[in-house]
Amino acid sequence: MRQQLLAQAESVLEEWVKARGEAPTTETSEGFRLLALHRQGARGVPSFNACRETCREIAYHCNLLGLEQEQSIRKHRETMLAMLVEHLKLFVRGKLEVEGLGEFCCSSRPLRNETETERTHG
Amino acid sequence: MAYYPGCALEGTGHAYNQSTKVVGSALGLELDEVKDWNCCGAMEVKNVDPKLQTYLSSRVMSIAANEMGAGVVMAPCNGCYHNLKKAEHDLAHDAPSREVVERISKKAGHATYRAGQVETIHALDWLKDGVGEDELRRRVRNSLKGLKVANYYGCMYTRPRHIFPEKDRGPGSESTSQPHFMDDLLAAAGAQNVDFPLKTACCGGAHTLSDSDTSTRLVLNILRAAEAAGAEVIATECPTCHSGLEMHQVRAEKKLGEKTRVKMLYFTQLLGIALGISPRKLGVHENVSDGMEVMQKFL
Repeated sequence: MRQQLLAQAESVLEEWVKARGEAPTTETSEGFRLLALHRQGARGVPSFNACRETCREIAYHCNLLGLEQEQSIRKHRETMLAMLVEHLKLFVRGKLEVEGLGEFCCSSRPLRNETETERTHG
Repeated sequence: MAYYPGCALEGTGHAYNQSTKVVGSALGLELDEVKDWNCCGAMEVKNVDPKLQTYLSSRVMSIAANEMGAGVVMAPCNGCYHNLKKAEHDLAHDAPSREVVERISKKAGHATYRAGQVETIHALDWLKDGVGEDELRRRVRNSLKGLKVANYYGCMYTRPRHIFPEKDRGPGSESTSQPHFMDDLLAAAGAQNVDFPLKTACCGGAHTLSDSDTSTRLVLNILRAAEAAGAEVIATECPTCHSGLEMHQVRAEKKLGEKTRVKMLYFTQLLGIALGISPRKLGVHENVSDGMEVMQKFL
């Protein structure tokens, strides 16, 4: 289950990277290809960092599942992991469907270098 | 302490404004509202003109520093907090931003804000540093013992990391990856914080009007995750997060037929109830999500 969900999360980020015309990396970061894919996908797109913590939580929950023996706790962790993967899927889907979605949000970059204010008040 | 409520707290987040003031007063923390404050630019202005947004936020800080003599500005809204912190960062590191702010401030006829004149903090910092868990624990009259809470911090409280230099400084400081100040305060009030991995996940708030379906699905997943984690209540610390969770909870049921039962309350409302303040004074009746159903047993 853990590996299946991790593979799903990776495939979501692969689609994002491919949509940007790049070949998805096969490298890993901190032991996870998912984190390397996120880093690749966020290069030049600061708004993609809005899903950075979701990716890190996925990696964290995978690690926890690797350590946990108690069945009821494992079940709970798997549920949470599945919801994290679902969240990543929804987030990336939105960004693939609507160009520029979230570009002016929490992890945005200034969209223009020379601003209207500079032209008007310069 | 200069208080910058921001536009949302005079509208949809009125209950957050009210509960913040009432809780502060009960704990002996004074707030002095920034005079003639303006909108920080919200999420919209920087899309059109980032430096204009820097100016708008700088004006608020200028009034606090130069007209009120304040050294700290407290902004309870994540969007306002984020924008003031971003303006602070831009003015400290970007000469063109300083030039634009200088020019517009002169035209507007007020003193130009200089980076470092004030420190901007969030309502969580205000209560955590101003009161602290030990004192709060002593003041609790109605312990929230048994209340299972998922703490949702949203995005603007921690992202992007570089505008929050005081965070991630080790023990005692707030974390951008695993924020915990709200957890700490509510635990001191007796609540049981559930393990909630989506505490900073995107809710699609900025495109709630342009792409409502994406927002609804993102919020629905957050609500479901909170319920799966065992939470009865999602505690919020931002008016945009709060109204987004409430509205899309309703929309998810209407549009997708997906009903969730978890209730949304501002963390200040939860703390107020723990302090023995009446729910009406805390504006609980103004929430769309009926928190009284869950909170009745704590009164």
